[in-house]
Amino acid sequence: MSILIDKTTKVICQGFTGSQGTLHSEQALKYGTALVGGVTPGKGGSEHLGLPVFDTVGDAVRKTGATASVIYVPAAFCKDSILEAADAGIELIVCITEGIPALDMLAVKAALDAQGSVRLVGPNCPGVITPGECKIGIMPGEIHLPGKVGIVSRSGTLTYEAVKQTTDRGFGQSTCVGIGGDPIPGSNFIDILSLFEQDPATEAIVMVGEIGGSAEEEAAEFIKTNVKKPMVGYIAGVTAPPGKRMGHAGAIIAGGKGTAKEKFAALEAAGVRTVESLADIGEALAEVTGWN
Amino acid sequence: MNLHEYQAKGLFRDYGIPVSTGFAVDTANEAVEAAKKIGGERWVAKVQVHAGGRGKAGGVKLCDSLDEVKAFAEQWIGKNVVTFQTDEHGQPVSKIFVESLTDIDRELYLGAVLDRSSRRVVFMASTEGGVEIEKVAEETPDKILRAVINPFVGAQPYQGRQLAFALGLKGEQVKQFTNVFMALSKLFHECDCSLLEINPLVVTKEGNIHCLDAKLGLDGNALYRHPKLKAMHDPSQEDEREAEAAQFNLNYVALDGSIGCMVNGAGLAMGTMDLVKHRGGSPANFLDVGGGATKEAVTEAFKIILSDSNVKAVLINIFGGIVSCATIAEGIIGAVEEVGVNVPVVVRFEGNNAEKGRKRLAESGLDITAAESLTDAADKAVAAAGGKA
Repeated sequence: MSILIDKTTKVICQGFTGSQGTLHSEQALKYGTALVGGVTPGKGGSEHLGLPVFDTVGDAVRKTGATASVIYVPAAFCKDSILEAADAGIELIVCITEGIPALDMLAVKAALDAQGSVRLVGPNCPGVITPGECKIGIMPGEIHLPGKVGIVSRSGTLTYEAVKQTTDRGFGQSTCVGIGGDPIPGSNFIDILSLFEQDPATEAIVMVGEIGGSAEEEAAEFIKTNVKKPMVGYIAGVTAPPGKRMGHAGAIIAGGKGTAKEKFAALEAAGVRTVESLADIGEALAEVTGWN
Repeated sequence: MNLHEYQAKGLFRDYGIPVSTGFAVDTANEAVEAAKKIGGERWVAKVQVHAGGRGKAGGVKLCDSLDEVKAFAEQWIGKNVVTFQTDEHGQPVSKIFVESLTDIDRELYLGAVLDRSSRRVVFMASTEGGVEIEKVAEETPDKILRAVINPFVGAQPYQGRQLAFALGLKGEQVKQFTNVFMALSKLFHECDCSLLEINPLVVTKEGNIHCLDAKLGLDGNALYRHPKLKAMHDPSQEDEREAEAAQFNLNYVALDGSIGCMVNGAGLAMGTMDLVKHRGGSPANFLDVGGGATKEAVTEAFKIILSDSNVKAVLINIFGGIVSCATIAEGIIGAVEEVGVNVPVVVRFEGNNAEKGRKRLAESGLDITAAESLTDAADKAVAAAGGKA
C-alpha cells in the first residue's frame, strides 16, 4: 500500500518530447513507472521513447486509460496544461515546473477546487514516488527504499535528505510527496497528512517545512486532532534573515506568522517530535517509533 | 520586483486612480523646472527608493519655495537614504519626485495582497492611515477591514461600498472610493501584482479621495508577459552581488557570518545554513545554485561567495537530483583554477553521480576536504573557519 500512486498507476507526460520531459520520462521508465504515453500538441501519432505521442490529453486518456499526468511544460503554459489535464479526467496531476505566475496558480487552484475530483501536486516540486513501484518526477530513484515512512516536504533537496536518512536506517518510505515551494500549492501539508494517516503501509510520517506563509501552523492544528501516527518535523530557515521587506501588507496578512521558531513551536504543541538539525531526522524517527 | 512611487503612480494614472500632478527628476534644476510646471506655491519632494520610512529619515519634504525644492534635490540626489527598512548603508537616491501639495482632512490605508492561506487576493483597509500598518494589525486587528476577491467574478462594487461605509466615508466619497477599489483590483490582476499599498489614501480638504503614496510589488514570475513593467526594473536598488547572482540564475543573499555556503535547492540551502549555526559556526550567505546548475554557474557562485571578505571557509553541500555532482565538481575545479581560492573548501556530495564527483575532486590535486556526512561537513567547515563562534 501507499498513497496517490502505485505500480498500477498509468501515467502520461505533458511536455513529453521536450528536453526535461524526455530526460525524466527515460528515468521514470527505467524505474518501472507505468508511463503509457505523452502529449505534445502537433506531434500526435508519432512515437517517442517507444511510447505513443498524443495531440491532446483527452486523446491520451481515451487511448491509454491514464489516470495520472506529470507536467514538464514551460511556466508560461502550465495554467493551460493543468486545466487541460483536469478537463480530460486526469485524477492526479503532478506539476514539476517552477516559476508559474502566482495569479495563474490562484485561478487554477480555484478551478480545480470547484471541479472537486482532481488532485494537483506542485508546482515547483520534485514530484511523487512510491519506492519500487512508481516514480513521477525528478527525484533520484536510487536513494529510495520501499518501506513504512511517509514523507511530505515543501523542498526538493530537503526531501532527498529525509529519504536518505530513512533509507540508511532501513526504514524505507511508503510514499514521498513534494508539495512544492510556491505560495499557492495544489496540495498542502494537510491534504497529504490525511492520506498518510489513512494509509495502512505508512507507520510514521516525516514533515519538512520552511519559513514563509502559515502552512505549517495550519498543519499543526490539523495534526493535533487528526494524526495519530508518530511524526518527526523539521523546518528550514532558522538562520534566514527577516528578508527584504516587500512591504507592510504581507506582514499583516501573515498576522505575525511565518518564522521557523513559530513553526517549530506549533508542531511541538501538536505532539510532533521536531529536530533542529536536518541531520537528525532519521535518529528522531527511530526514537519516536522505537525502531532500530 | 518593486516599483518606485513615481512608476506606481504612473500606472495609477493609467487606470484612472486619482494621484497628484508630479514629475520624477534627476537633477536639482529639473526639480525646480518641475515645480514651476506644476504651479502653485507649495510642493512635496520625495526621494525615490525601494524602502518605506522615507518621511522619518528626512526623505520627504514639504517645500514652500522653489529654493527649498532645489535645496532638497541637491541634498539627496547621489546620496543614500537610511530608513528603518534599509540596512545601515541605505538605498541610493537617483531620482526625486516633485508633486503638488495636497491638503489633508483624513488619512486612510488601503492595500491588497495575494493571501496564501485563503488563496485569494485580499484587500485591506483601515481608518488608521499614515502610520505603521503592522502595528495597527498587531495592536488593534479589528481596525483592519478586509475584502476577499472572488477569482471567478473579480472585485464587485458592493465590496468597495462596504469598505467605504465602514471607513466612515459619505456621499460622493463612497462613489470615489469604490471607483478606486475597482480600478486597483483591475490593476492588481492585469499587472500581476504581488503587493499593492496606498498609505495614506486621503480625504482632501475639498472632500475628495486621493492617493498620496503608492507602493507596488510585481510577481517576478509574471514579468515575461509585461515587457513595459519589466523595463521599470531599477537594479541600483538591489544588492550588487545579489543582482549579479541573479544574472546566472543563482539565488544569493548576503549574511554576516564567516562560512560561505553553496547548496542546491532553496530548502537545503536554508537547512545547511541552519546546520552550520547549530554546529557553532555562522553562515556568510544563502546561495542556491538551482536545479540546472552549469559549470559556469558554479564558477560564478564561487566568485560571488569569495567576493565577501568575511568568508573564512566555503562549504559546498550538493544533493544531486537533476544536477550531477560531477558537473558541480568540474565547476569547483574550474573556479579554483580561474579565480584562485585561498580559503579552505569542504565538499559534501550525495545523490546523482556523487561518487564520480568525489573522485574527480580527489584526482584534481586541489586542497579540498571531502566530508563523510552532513554533520561532518558542517563540523569541518566550522573548524576550517577558525572554530566555534
